[in-house]
Formats: sequence, structure tokens, C-alpha cells
Amino acid sequence: MNEIVLSVAASTTPRNVMVVGVGGQGVLLISKALALIAQKQGFHVKQSEVHGMAKRGGVVFSHVRFGTKVWSPTIAKGEADVLIALEWAEGLRWLDQLRPETGVFIADVRQIVPPFACRDRRLGAATRYARETPAEVAEKVGESYALDATTIATNLGEPRAANTVLLGVLSTSMDIAVDDWLTTLDQLIPAKSREINRKAFQAGRDWGEAAHADPTLRFDKSRIAAPASAPIENAVSIEIDSVWCKSCDICVKVCPERCLALNAEHIAYVKTPEACTGCHVCEWLCPDFAITVRTSAVA
Amino acid sequence: MNETVRVAKSAASEDVLPLMGNEAIARGAWEAGVKVAAAYPGTPSTEIMENLARYPASDLYVEWSTNEKVALDVAIGGAFSGARAFCSMKHVGLNVASDSLMSQSYIGVHGGLVLVVCDDPGIHSSQNEQDTRLFARLAGVPVLEPSDAQEAHDFVKLAYEISERFDTTVIVRSTTRLSHTRSAVRVGPRETVASKGFVDQPSKTVAIPANARRQHPKLVAREQAIAEYLETSPLTHWEKGDTKFGVITGSTSYLYVKEVAPWASVLKLGAAYPLPEKAIREFAASVDRLFVVEELEPAIEKEIRALGIAVEGKALFPRCGELSPELVRAGLAAAGVMAAAEVVAPLAIEPMARPPVLCAGCPHTATYLALRSLNARVAGDIGCYTLAAVEPLRSIDTTVAMGSSIANAVGMAAAGEPRPIIATIGDSTFLHAGLPPLVGAVYNKANITVVILDNAITAMTGGQDHPGTGRTIRGEKTFKVDYETICRAVGVSWVRKVDPYQVGKLLQTLREATAFKGVSVVIAERPCVLDPVKIKGAPLAINASGCVACQSCMNLGCPALVWSEETYEGRHKVEIDQGACIGCTLCAQVCLSDCIQPVAS
Repeated sequence: MNEIVLSVAASTTPRNVMVVGVGGQGVLLISKALALIAQKQGFHVKQSEVHGMAKRGGVVFSHVRFGTKVWSPTIAKGEADVLIALEWAEGLRWLDQLRPETGVFIADVRQIVPPFACRDRRLGAATRYARETPAEVAEKVGESYALDATTIATNLGEPRAANTVLLGVLSTSMDIAVDDWLTTLDQLIPAKSREINRKAFQAGRDWGEAAHADPTLRFDKSRIAAPASAPIENAVSIEIDSVWCKSCDICVKVCPERCLALNAEHIAYVKTPEACTGCHVCEWLCPDFAITVRTSAVA
Repeated sequence: MNETVRVAKSAASEDVLPLMGNEAIARGAWEAGVKVAAAYPGTPSTEIMENLARYPASDLYVEWSTNEKVALDVAIGGAFSGARAFCSMKHVGLNVASDSLMSQSYIGVHGGLVLVVCDDPGIHSSQNEQDTRLFARLAGVPVLEPSDAQEAHDFVKLAYEISERFDTTVIVRSTTRLSHTRSAVRVGPRETVASKGFVDQPSKTVAIPANARRQHPKLVAREQAIAEYLETSPLTHWEKGDTKFGVITGSTSYLYVKEVAPWASVLKLGAAYPLPEKAIREFAASVDRLFVVEELEPAIEKEIRALGIAVEGKALFPRCGELSPELVRAGLAAAGVMAAAEVVAPLAIEPMARPPVLCAGCPHTATYLALRSLNARVAGDIGCYTLAAVEPLRSIDTTVAMGSSIANAVGMAAAGEPRPIIATIGDSTFLHAGLPPLVGAVYNKANITVVILDNAITAMTGGQDHPGTGRTIRGEKTFKVDYETICRAVGVSWVRKVDPYQVGKLLQTLREATAFKGVSVVIAERPCVLDPVKIKGAPLAINASGCVACQSCMNLGCPALVWSEETYEGRHKVEIDQGACIGCTLCAQVCLSDCIQPVAS
């Protein structure tokens, strides 16, 4: 350990740590651990979080502040000393909470791609997942530590302990004894999971110490973000044979872009041709072979 | 602060515990000797009653009520009988309970009565951000505003003293930020408060016109007496500082002011209504400029202006949304009394949208998938299923308030909407406020279909029991409501139960229901996958060689389905996250190429 970012001994102004991730990842557990350990050092601590959507795969974030006296429960933009991200794109979302120049970013490179990001049906479209790579992010913040904490935890036997791996990395930037960390974790974690979490903490600590010693280890170069979206030029036309159409409405119901409708004579027609991506679902499901989808591009 | 923190709970001795605002409120109520407590769950207030239920039944009676009005009426009954009574709810719950509050305000209390209302500035998980302080003013009852967990604990206890001393209900207003922030709280033992028993005083406890006319002037005098009390109460706290400007504030706004301008003179108001006029005049006279920093409505600012005192507030600090240190600083900077924050160059990273989604295997997914293809007008309600208002499931046309769906549907039908009209409502919401409109719909011969989404729990708030689960808040077995019997008893002749996991049958049932002339009810019955127990069946897998990337399964919006690297004719094939999949088979049922199968073991 050669760099202490959060010197606990010498903090008069409050220290600010933000923990972010996706519902169910354990953001609140490591926030609580950090709050508890700071309280044990004799500090005034506030830990603030927003629940509500936490269980529904939504964004979860927690503010932890400690010092001789803490007023606001929330950290102002640009004033977080450390940002811990349990998921890569969530880390990017909150990056501007970090202090410019000096902020420390500790992130799992794990990607949890939401269904919302896999919606574009145009040919060649990529996911809407964040594109910045760990190397690019390292340029933008004071210090950046990007590791595959989920794989480290999975190899130990419990992918859900990735949060504790990140806490282990954080611990290498704070002057608090390892034993204090471990006893604090024991207090918050049920007996059957204590051993695995102790190992995960240690693994994170080992990674952090190696990364402090050798800056080239601070981000996982093997991780490359998805290529930018490059939809292929694709002219689509749909032909509906009104003689064969028997008004069953199936194409209208299944169209993912909702671009089909029945006309006054109850015959299917393309109501919003500009929304059609040429996905063929209507063609495949028409029981009477009344629909033909033609596309100019074939990938 | 240098207290040593012991985490082990010690109920008897004085101790310091790290508590969430809601835990501190519950602890304060328990220490105050509360005997009767009732609530309906609602974010951000839910944990208050959950924590109170952890104290032994020998200390106090707790219940999940069917709605907030029922909860307040139970608490009022407890106070009538001379016990200290407690009630908690979210801000919009007070709309439901307000009928009782308005009468109770005239009647007063016997045993102390405290009502905790948690507002949601910023609308983290609600349908609006109404300000409870305005309700307090309307009802003529005092409203206390703690700023942190310690004050939340202390103010609840003090609220009982005020309640009994001035014969009034007291509202303690929390906010999402306070309710969900953890900090150290010095706690104490439980007071033994003997119940005073029911005392016959019908001229007070029976709200008939003659009595109410006598009580109203008493209410006005009571307001005056409480304002007088607040002049010298520790709730009103003057922190002398620089006199170039002074700030009147309270609640978490006080913390933001202290954070950004610790040198300023501050008058911290522990009660936002009524106001201590003399203290305010004295404070105003001591500073060159006067600001009010308050979240949401200019409740305090307007009162001060009405006193003829020059004050600045909402011209500088926003009226919508949650305040923050940044916004308070920006407001004071705009007033020219402090420097603006340094402008930091943006990092030019566009955040990816991550809207909340229905869980993998959520039974609501199937119901809304079926509704999506029915070409119906769908009146929605309050619950997880509101998430079906957005793509890909998008099938809800309206959402208003708890229980609104059924009567909204009746109105749509009456207005001549040509499409079939369906109301969708969850089990807990149906019991909360869906019964009266269902009775009315049958009575008035409406032609609508009601879908009761029965997942046997109050899911949105984290899995609380209700009369349809067969368990009380303390986990005791109790009578379980039978929705089909209810529907038949109020005159619905067409009632069907269906398992939403059988998508074809569900769709067919919904078709028949909408074809029926009159009120038809479909009960979509399947337990929540998270509560009371987490359901995890064997996961499914996609045979990549059979996937034609048609994206039909992606129409479910299931978080276990993601695009794979492989493509078919330029589109991404789909793969299943084995850890997230619970094996509900909905995707397999909609798959065009029949390539989704259980994982071979």
C-alpha cells in the first residue's frame, strides 16, 4: 500500500464515497460496511440511499460521508473522493460526481445489459450499452482501477461476492487495519457467507496492492466495449395480398414496432411504414402467406 | 462526534445505534410508549411499520391496514381509548386518510396521536410530490420537520407531549432523503405510559354539526397556543452567525444550508406549522437579508410574507424536485451572497438509460403481453405493473391513483370509447380502493373487464402482507380473502381464474371476457417471484442454431434475455442469462422457431 487517498487520521473535511450499481448487486451492503467502519473510527457518518426501484433492475446509488461533522447526507457533484461501481455503465453514469483531477474510480468491468438496450431491430444495429473502454475512462479521472471483480468472485465460488472484492480494492486506499475490515464484514454478513466474503475481500486487496505498485495493472486491457452502432442501409417494402388476408389480426398483434393495422375493410395494411425494420415476423406468422417482406440488404 | 458505537441492540439501556430515518421514527414511537400502530405500505414510509412490528406484541398492537384511511381510523380509535396511538403513510396516502384527519382535527385526542407522513420530493417512487405541510395547515394541526435520524427519533417522542398537552393530532413529516439516510442515533428505554381508558365526552368525540361548531373556535385557539409554545420550544433554534444574510429553514434543507454556508445566521424551525411569529420577526430584524430555504412549496415563505416581512425564497430555490447542496449554493450565489460553485467541464459521457423493469418471470409480464395484442383501452393502477406503461410491453393507457383503474374504465365506457375497455389492478390495490368502484360498476351496469393481478403480496413496496395473503404483519395465520367470492357477491356473474403463465389460455380468457356484455372479472393468479419467497426454477436455454433473431421473446422485456454476439441475417440472436432466468417458459411460449428449451441436466 503506497498511496493513501482517504487518510482517516487526518480528515477534518468530510470524506465522500459514492457506491453505485444495479438492483440486487449489493450496493447497500458495502455502503453499510463502509459507514460502520468509519463510525468505529469515531467519525460522524451519514449514509444515504434511494430505494423503491432497487429490486426491479433499476439504478441503485448510495452516498457515504464521514468526518468530524457531516451535514448534508448527499455528496455534491464533483465532490466524491471515491466512486465504487459494481457495474461498468453505472460507473460511467456517475463519473462526474468524482472530484476532477483527484477522484478515484474503482469499477467492476462487468456489464449488465438491460432489455432496453437490446431494442433496435434495424439491420446491423448494436446494443445501446455504454461504449467507453476502461482505457478511455482512465484518461478522464484522477485514478482509475477497473477489474473483473465478478470473475474473481466467481472463481472463488460466489459471483455475488464481487461487491466485497471491490471493497478490498478500496481498502488499499484507506489507512484502516485489515482486521477491522474483516470484523466489520462479519457483523453484516450471515454466517454461511462469511468465509467466501473474507476471501473475496482479500482477493480485492491483493489486486489493489499489485495495481498500486504497477500502474499498468490498473485496468483490464482485454475488455473492449461493443462496437458503435452501424445500421446497414436497408430499404424495406411490405406487400400484403388483400385477397389472401382473412382479417385474423395476427400480424397486427405480433408486429414489434406496431406498424400494421386493419383498414375499414378489415384488411391488414402498413400504417407506419417508416417504423418497419423489415424483421419478417409478420411474414413468418401469417397463416395464409399473404405477407411478403422485401429488404434491399442481405447481411 | 466520537461516540463508540455498539451495534448489538439493547432495548433497556441508553445506547447509540446507526439507524435509518424510518428505523429512528419507529424506535421513537416505541420509546414513547405507543400501544396501537397502523399503516398501509408506501415508499418511502414502509420500513416504519416493519420496524415497529419487530417489537413484542406485549408492547404494542401493530397492523397492516387495508388502506391509509383505515390505518388512521384505527389509530384514532386507539387514542379515543386513551392509549398512545401511531400511524404512518406516504404523502399520497394522506389524501386517502384526509377525510378522517379533518374531523379528528376538530375532535382532538385523548391518548396522544402522531401521524408520520413521508413525502417524496423528486418523485423517486410516487405519482406526485405534494407537500404535506399544506395539508397540516388545512387541517389546523402542527407539523414537525426533523432534519436527521436523531431528530426523527426525538421529534416523534416530543410530538406525543405536544399532542397530549394541546389536544391535537401531530404530523411528523419525513422525506425520502431523511427516511432512507442512516446516521448515529442516541436511543433510550421505553416509557411506561398507562392507558387513560375511554372517557365519556360525547360533545367532543361525536362530530355532529352542533359539536363541530363548538370545537372549531377551540381549534383556532389551539393553533395560537401552539405557535406561542414554539416561540420558546427547543424546536425553534437560532444559530447566530454572520448577519449579512439569514436563512430560515428546516428538515433536510437545514443540512444543505449548513453544508454550503456554515457561517450564516440560521433560524431552524422544527415545526413548519404553525410558525413562531415573534422569533421570526426578531431573527429577520437581526440580518440584512432574509432567505427561506424549503423543499417544494413556499409554505413558510408565504406565511412570513403575510406577516409583512421582506423575504426571498422560491425566486432563488426551485419549487419542483428535491433540494441538494448544489441547488442551495446556486440559489445563494444567484442572490449574490456567496460565490458560485466552480464550473467543471463535463466529461462527455452519455449515460445509458436503465429504466426499472418487471423481474424475470414476473407473472404481470404475461398478462400485459396478452393485453398488448388485444387492441383494448387499458386503465392501469398503482403497483409494479405500472412498468408495463413503457415499451416493449406498452399496453397501459392511464394511471391515476390507488384504485382509480376500475372507475376510470367505467367513465371511458360511458364516454363511448369504441375499443374494449379493461381495468388492471393488483391484489393489494384492489383491496385498498378497488372494491367501491367494482360495486359501483356492477350497480351502474357498466360494460368493462376488470383484471385482478393477484400475485398474493404487496410487491412494489418490498413484499408486505395484506388481507389477501392470509398472514398478518407479525406473520400469524389469518383469514385469506377470496376474490372470486367477493366479485360474485357484488353481482359479477362472469368471473374466471387463470394462470398467467399459460399465455394462450390467458389471451383466450381475456377475449371472452371483453366479449361479455357487463362487468367481467379475470383473476390472473400467480405468486410474485420475489416475495414472500424468491422463486427460482431450472433455467431455460436458447439453441443458437435454431434462433432466427426474430426478437419475439425480446417483446417480453425480460431482464434474463440479452442479445448474444451471434447474428442471423444481420440481427442479434438472443441468449438467456442462466443466473437470472427462473424458468417461467414465457419466452419459450412466444418463440417462433421453438428453440428455447429447458437446460438438459
